[in-house]
Amino acid sequence: MTALTMPARSEEDDAGPRPVPWRRMAWVTWRQHRFALGGVAVLLGGLALYLWRIGLQMHHAYATVAACHPASSYACQNQVINFDTVYGPTAQTVATLLMAVSMLIGAFVGAPVLARELETGTFRYAWTLGVGRRRWTLAKLVPLAVMLAVATGLFSLLFSWYYQPLFADGSSIPLDPRLFGLRWVAYTAWTLAAFAIGALVGLLIRRVVPAIAATLAACTGLIFATGLYLRQHYMAPLIGRNLFTPPASAWIISVWWTKGGTVISQSTMNQTMNTLFQQIMLAILPKNVNENDIKFYKGTAIPRVLNHLLHHGYTQWTSYQPGSRFWPFQWIEGGWLLALSVLVISATVWLVGRRAT
Amino acid sequence: MTEHMNIFEASGLGKRYGSTWALRECTLAIPARHVTALVGPNGAGKTTLLNRAVGLTAPSAGEVTVLGGRLPGSTAALDGIAFVAQDTPLYKTLSVADMLHLTRNLTRRFDQAYAQARLAELGIPLTRKAGKLSGGQQAQVALTLALARRPQLLVLDEPVAMLDPIARHDFMATVLAVASADGMSVLLSSHVLTELERVASYLVLLSRGQVRLAGAVGGLLAAHHQASLEELALNYLRYNPTEVAK
Repeated sequence: MTALTMPARSEEDDAGPRPVPWRRMAWVTWRQHRFALGGVAVLLGGLALYLWRIGLQMHHAYATVAACHPASSYACQNQVINFDTVYGPTAQTVATLLMAVSMLIGAFVGAPVLARELETGTFRYAWTLGVGRRRWTLAKLVPLAVMLAVATGLFSLLFSWYYQPLFADGSSIPLDPRLFGLRWVAYTAWTLAAFAIGALVGLLIRRVVPAIAATLAACTGLIFATGLYLRQHYMAPLIGRNLFTPPASAWIISVWWTKGGTVISQSTMNQTMNTLFQQIMLAILPKNVNENDIKFYKGTAIPRVLNHLLHHGYTQWTSYQPGSRFWPFQWIEGGWLLALSVLVISATVWLVGRRAT
Repeated sequence: MTEHMNIFEASGLGKRYGSTWALRECTLAIPARHVTALVGPNGAGKTTLLNRAVGLTAPSAGEVTVLGGRLPGSTAALDGIAFVAQDTPLYKTLSVADMLHLTRNLTRRFDQAYAQARLAELGIPLTRKAGKLSGGQQAQVALTLALARRPQLLVLDEPVAMLDPIARHDFMATVLAVASADGMSVLLSSHVLTELERVASYLVLLSRGQVRLAGAVGGLLAAHHQASLEELALNYLRYNPTEVAK
């Protein structure tokens, strides 16, 4: 066997090293992760088509409901209720699904970036090339993060459009924990956080499948902790006294009753209110009431119950976040998640490079 | 400058994994323009030493420089060193052409024409996925990628362990030819001693994480009155039992 002679090295050798351009790294990132990105595009594209289709139907149906005059009439109210019954459940399923999608995208794209290299041993190749492993890690994570951000950002716009009728008719509120993370800034920020956590977990666990599972677990925990405990504290909630009709868009955090300055337990209160409600219903319900009309009478009985309670020394307290805080909350959540993502990616890059120095 | 520098220098190098020292108190200087064989039984610390040379691990103790005073893992060092790891890891799902392009994009210097010519000569199709190549072909692709970077130092970790005798011969012939034609230094580890006989001009004998012998092969053979590198290594290890690690 003959070997080709090597051409002589140029004098470039003795020149100070110039870093490998980012532009060339971009090709590598694209070439190695195009299937993952393609998968994301197909998944989000498919979901977008579905949302567009059912969204058009829903908007069309809502146009009829919204055209009903006068809006406060019984017939019009009934139309709204029908509309919610038909479109509400699908929309809620879609919402739950989409929150899972952002986690899945983050975990399936983020976790393998480093875990696959470590699992197959190719990191020994990639990290000993001239580019340097910190630069290599940055050049992989940042473009992928940007692409995910753009894709999910566009998608959250579509979702916001899709869900609009259910906000407009008052059946959903923008601050609803099930919906808040799906719209505008928050959706992108959640996806980025999942991606960043995935990359770090992949580096630590060094195996693809366990890293994906661990990422999903961590992100699910984070989402629930945020929705249940953290988000309500972004700004101090407003406290309403006897606020029986809070602003329609308010996110009610908690409601409690006091009598003579002491808090009454929820179960005692429920019992008292139930008894009152039954008594009042008996008093106001006509003899031959239509099954469908009971709803209407229930609606009128409730204010009477409350009125009765107020006249007997009870006070109701409501802590809530007004709907006008939607945007501040979006920026707060987007902000801290973005900060978390940047921090986690920085930590990942630092950890990748640590063993070199 | 490249004529007289040390391609690898270690002083008091130690590497510990948990409570086990993979390397301890290694002091060593390997001059440039040699094909250096790093020899020793399994677990002697060969891979650890090579990983340190290419900047994949940090030492627990001591210092290492490469290419005449550069810090392993620094951009300057990465640039001048090509590494073919054990089992020659390639991206199995990428085609050979993509592996070339990937390497070119991740290095400052890459001789595409040389790489293509050499692969053509070997009859390795550029369109084939790296994972579909035979073990010998994968090793040759990895070697080609390394050589096309025109390194000052080529580091090979057990390069022929997985190859059949013919592939071994071809692989080593290439390494030797390039090293002698181009003045490239080579640092390779192996426990297949017969394979090193024809190629090595400098020997480092490792055992239990310590350097036992180091020097030019000719000088060592004469000094120890041995006829071959294999005898030298085996007899030295047999008659100079290592101290029990402290």
